[in-house]
Amino acid sequence: MLKGYGAVILDGAWLTLQLALSSMALAIVLGLIGVALRLSSVRWLAWLGDLYSTVIRGIPDLVLILLIFYGGQDIINRVAPLLGYEDYIDLNPLIAGIGTLGFIFGAYLSETFRGAFLGIPKGQAEAGVAYGMSNRQVFFRIQVPQMIRLAIPGFTNNWLVLTKATALISVVGLQDMMFKAKQAADATREPFTFFLAVAALYLVLTSISLLALKYLERRYSVGVKVAEL
Amino acid sequence: MIFDYNVVWEALPMYFGGLLTTLKLLAISLFFGLLAAIPLGLMRVSRQPAVNFAAWLYTYVIRGTPMLVQLFLIYYGLAQFEAVRESFLWPLLSSATFCACLAFGINTSAYTAEIIAGSLKATPHGEIEAAKAMGMSRMKMYRRILLPSALRRALPQYSNEVIMMLQTTSLASIVTLIDITGAARTVNAQYYLPFEAYITAGVFYLCLTFILVRLFKMAERRWLGYLAPRKH
Repeated sequence: MLKGYGAVILDGAWLTLQLALSSMALAIVLGLIGVALRLSSVRWLAWLGDLYSTVIRGIPDLVLILLIFYGGQDIINRVAPLLGYEDYIDLNPLIAGIGTLGFIFGAYLSETFRGAFLGIPKGQAEAGVAYGMSNRQVFFRIQVPQMIRLAIPGFTNNWLVLTKATALISVVGLQDMMFKAKQAADATREPFTFFLAVAALYLVLTSISLLALKYLERRYSVGVKVAEL
Repeated sequence: MIFDYNVVWEALPMYFGGLLTTLKLLAISLFFGLLAAIPLGLMRVSRQPAVNFAAWLYTYVIRGTPMLVQLFLIYYGLAQFEAVRESFLWPLLSSATFCACLAFGINTSAYTAEIIAGSLKATPHGEIEAAKAMGMSRMKMYRRILLPSALRRALPQYSNEVIMMLQTTSLASIVTLIDITGAARTVNAQYYLPFEAYITAGVFYLCLTFILVRLFKMAERRWLGYLAPRKH
């Protein structure tokens, strides 16, 4: 049905999955740093965190991808000669894609995490302090584990948006499933078939994610009383 | 590194042309998206399984696939079929503007339908009971009570959707349209100045986002004032 391009597109799908998972890992780290900044009592740190989240969320992903990819390439090739490299350096689209998506979705996650942290009763952190825990211990032992449950619905949303945003990285030349489908479409003159196949693969990916995160939410909500009407 | 203001200054007319295209795409797709979203949202709260399922499937598939794939399916994909190329719709379907509006409209209709359905489901019992007690028919109840109330309460979420849609219109630049992003891509291709080109585009989008946020805040004060916490 896919004229022998099935395997090629599945290869691309694997790359898409790698891209999505790695950028999410980076985004979680950046999101936690972002939220730590935003909730900090040091004024300029909080301002920096707010700036990161507001500016990134106010600009389309595609513009940021193009800016970071072409801009990053530009910077690297201006700095490299100073360090003694003479050859022109081509950015690896996968690494650049992970960096870019991680940076963008770190901002979105910092917003999700902020809401979740604010949802934890204040007494929890105070109790931790009363037990003689340091700030860092309170953050990692008391607040983060409780924050996870509150953040899962928002996180699910961020993950789905990120998964779908991976398609944009094909615009800067990453050979993900979108890119492979475009090649196959051009070669066979059957664009509908191949883009439909990619749409189906994305739908499988998002459906599995939804189920997995539903399970995770139930798992983290064990011990939370739900009042039934 | 030096920021080349001259290039940006000279390209400004193109950016403003792009701004117009962006706004045009946004307005058209939001208008038709909302028009389709209201019946879809009503279908999503229907108690008839077949009706509800049809709307659910539509929103699930649209929300589960990337916008770029949907755009390519319409812009490149439809040309695969002889019947489409020979139909009277072909002049429309071969235009990038029409395809972009169609794809964006379909996309936003699915997200908006879910927002409206959520808002309809959250209607306080009292409002429905009062409407029934007044002897309203189902039609009248939807027209006079449920929809006006639900659409107002959907405003805060809909403002997010509108901002997401503004960002989504940047994909139009991939199918050759010169919107704000398209202008930036042209500048970058001409001068190879990625920072100047894309940061300028970013500033345009940031300003648009702030303006939209402001407008929706005003709309919420106007139509949701009765739900605001009491001021002391």
